[in-house]
Amino acid sequence: MSSETLFGLCGAALVGVGLFGVICQPGALRKLIAFNLLGSGVFLLFGVIAKRGGGALAAAGQGADGDPVPQALVITGLVVAFAATAIAIALLRRLAGLNDQGRSEGEPPPASRSRSDGGP
Amino acid sequence: MEASAIPTAWLAGLSAPGGVLLVVPLILPVVGLLLGLLLGGRRLGPFVFVLLSAGLAAAVVVAAAVVTGGEPMLYQLGGWSPPLGVALKADGLSVVLLLTSAVVTLGVAVYAQRDFRPPGARETRGSLAFWMLLLGVWAGLNTVALGQDLFTLFVALELLTFSAVPLVSLDGRAETLAAALRYLLFALLGSVLYLLGAVLLYGAYGTLDIGLLAVQIAAAHALPPSVLAAAALMTVGLMAKTALVPLHLWLPPAHAGAPPAASAILSALVVKGSFFLVLRIWFDLIPGLLDLPAAQALGVLGAAAILLGNLMALQQARLKLLVAYSTVAQIGYLFLIFPLAGTTSGPTWALSAGTLQVVSHALAKGSLFLAAGLIAKALGHDRIRDLAGVGRVLPITLLASGVAGLSLVGIQPSGGYLVKAALQGAAEAGGTWWWGLVLDAGGLLTAAYLLWFIGHALSGHGPHPATAKAPGRAQELVSLALALGSLLLGLLPAQVFELISVGRVPPPEPIATAWAGAFHWGSLAAGLLPLLVVAVLVLAFGPWGGRRRPGPLGWPAVGAAGLGSAVGWLDARLRCWPVAGFSLLALVLTLGVGFAFGARACVT
Repeated sequence: MSSETLFGLCGAALVGVGLFGVICQPGALRKLIAFNLLGSGVFLLFGVIAKRGGGALAAAGQGADGDPVPQALVITGLVVAFAATAIAIALLRRLAGLNDQGRSEGEPPPASRSRSDGGP
Repeated sequence: MEASAIPTAWLAGLSAPGGVLLVVPLILPVVGLLLGLLLGGRRLGPFVFVLLSAGLAAAVVVAAAVVTGGEPMLYQLGGWSPPLGVALKADGLSVVLLLTSAVVTLGVAVYAQRDFRPPGARETRGSLAFWMLLLGVWAGLNTVALGQDLFTLFVALELLTFSAVPLVSLDGRAETLAAALRYLLFALLGSVLYLLGAVLLYGAYGTLDIGLLAVQIAAAHALPPSVLAAAALMTVGLMAKTALVPLHLWLPPAHAGAPPAASAILSALVVKGSFFLVLRIWFDLIPGLLDLPAAQALGVLGAAAILLGNLMALQQARLKLLVAYSTVAQIGYLFLIFPLAGTTSGPTWALSAGTLQVVSHALAKGSLFLAAGLIAKALGHDRIRDLAGVGRVLPITLLASGVAGLSLVGIQPSGGYLVKAALQGAAEAGGTWWWGLVLDAGGLLTAAYLLWFIGHALSGHGPHPATAKAPGRAQELVSLALALGSLLLGLLPAQVFELISVGRVPPPEPIATAWAGAFHWGSLAAGLLPLLVVAVLVLAFGPWGGRRRPGPLGWPAVGAAGLGSAVGWLDARLRCWPVAGFSLLALVLTLGVGFAFGARACVT
């Protein structure tokens, strides 16, 4: 088994685990971590494609030992995924703060508590 | 003669390759974002207004250059040509999105000057956040319109989503935070699918430029499996962001909970950004998909969205939720163009109907959400049953709702009517009359819930509502202006509709002549008669005059209640997170398998 196949299978496995987590895990934090796994799987697949070569540079007769374009794209993708995670964490923290505040004031927690976890 | 030649030559110079003009719509919002932190929320509002006016002017110039040049404008960033560089391109489709987003955002910016002006000299975080996010949405939409590289478009989509999500939860209540979180997580799932599709295309062809990819894909004898898988993944990922049924779980709470100005932007423009990319993929990147039977599946989902969204809107007790479910239904019309694109009229015809629906719905829904916000603010609530007397307090707002409603229902001469006429014509020409039935049913249901709302607002038997805060006259007029824009869309000069054909294969019959023939008195009467019947029914069943309890239940009422609760149950199930997630996976599989079988049948 070549290293490309191995990494490709790893990426596919990460995508599978991530999809399972995003769809089936009840809590929003778990969904978020699963989304990061899913994203890592896609980035790993992109890395495999870069290793395989065959991009724009290869067409021009250069860079036969790897394609640098996907690396640049993966870095951008990582930044985007990081930004998404940051926004989601900010929302979660605010939501948790509101729920704690409601509880300490003796009010019943908001009705949307169960839905706030992203579950049904 | 001389005077008219000069601007034409100038415009022709702009449309030549290397026209830097295309960079302007991308730079303006970013300038606002950078200066916004220095200016602060109080001074940012007027500044955003100035920027948007400049952006509208730039969009008009781009449109004029594209129309007079007769071909798309192209600009290569830094002089690097694809596949290494990234290109910007403005064809007719891009120009329409640029213009629509500039007009609607400008209207919302005028409306929001009053809502997001901090009282006194103190800065508030809310106003700064709103203006920055508005600029973010605008930047995302402009990049979606002009981007020609699948990865640039991915970043643009994320910019759009990340600006839209916090708009939902500007007021910081627990419900809106939960709605924003749900929106964000589901949109992220969609963007990962889109990215995976882009990665597959890069692996197969070594470029992400739409133009280069389209040439290479069209040159192949048959669509290879990687392209089909990528198309299925990208389409479904974008459908999740567009909130097409059954992936609409996030839309009603998010759009109904946001502040009015934000709801208008979200409903009018943000969902159109991702739909625009579906158009790019199906019509520009892989036009071969339109001939596959799987295109029917998108139409089926669109029809389901029209029926489910309208039936759910009919049952809502709150005005903003009614408008949000109406958006779910109107998104369905957008997807009806895919099965009709393969008919004799050709894809450009279907594309122009879809684009017109984007514009028409953006104007009408923007107006309706702004009007709903004014009503909710004046009364302090938006319960439809307690709206009595609003017509006396906010006559202009209610007029705007009615005019916007005419376009949503599809009455002449609105843009909505032209869309329906085009879709009906294509359905009849292709011998697929059932799409026409869906259109008719959708129009009648839309009329029913809009009349329900307007009837309650006009009935004057309630107490005179105590106005907590009188709305600004400018806010009412913005709502009315957007509604009138939507109504009068059908009266635009015929040449405007040829804009979509720029850079594409023109349809066999010019779009302008086909649509010029759509208006006549006979069809006006034929369209109004069913509406009158619906109006009589609504009047007969409504609890008017303070009579809260409906009369004795006959079998029609029992049947209607049964249908309503069944549809409500279905909608609640579909909007569960795991169900929506599995629908997403099932759609990817169905589309992928459908593409594969269709492509094989095409070859053999």
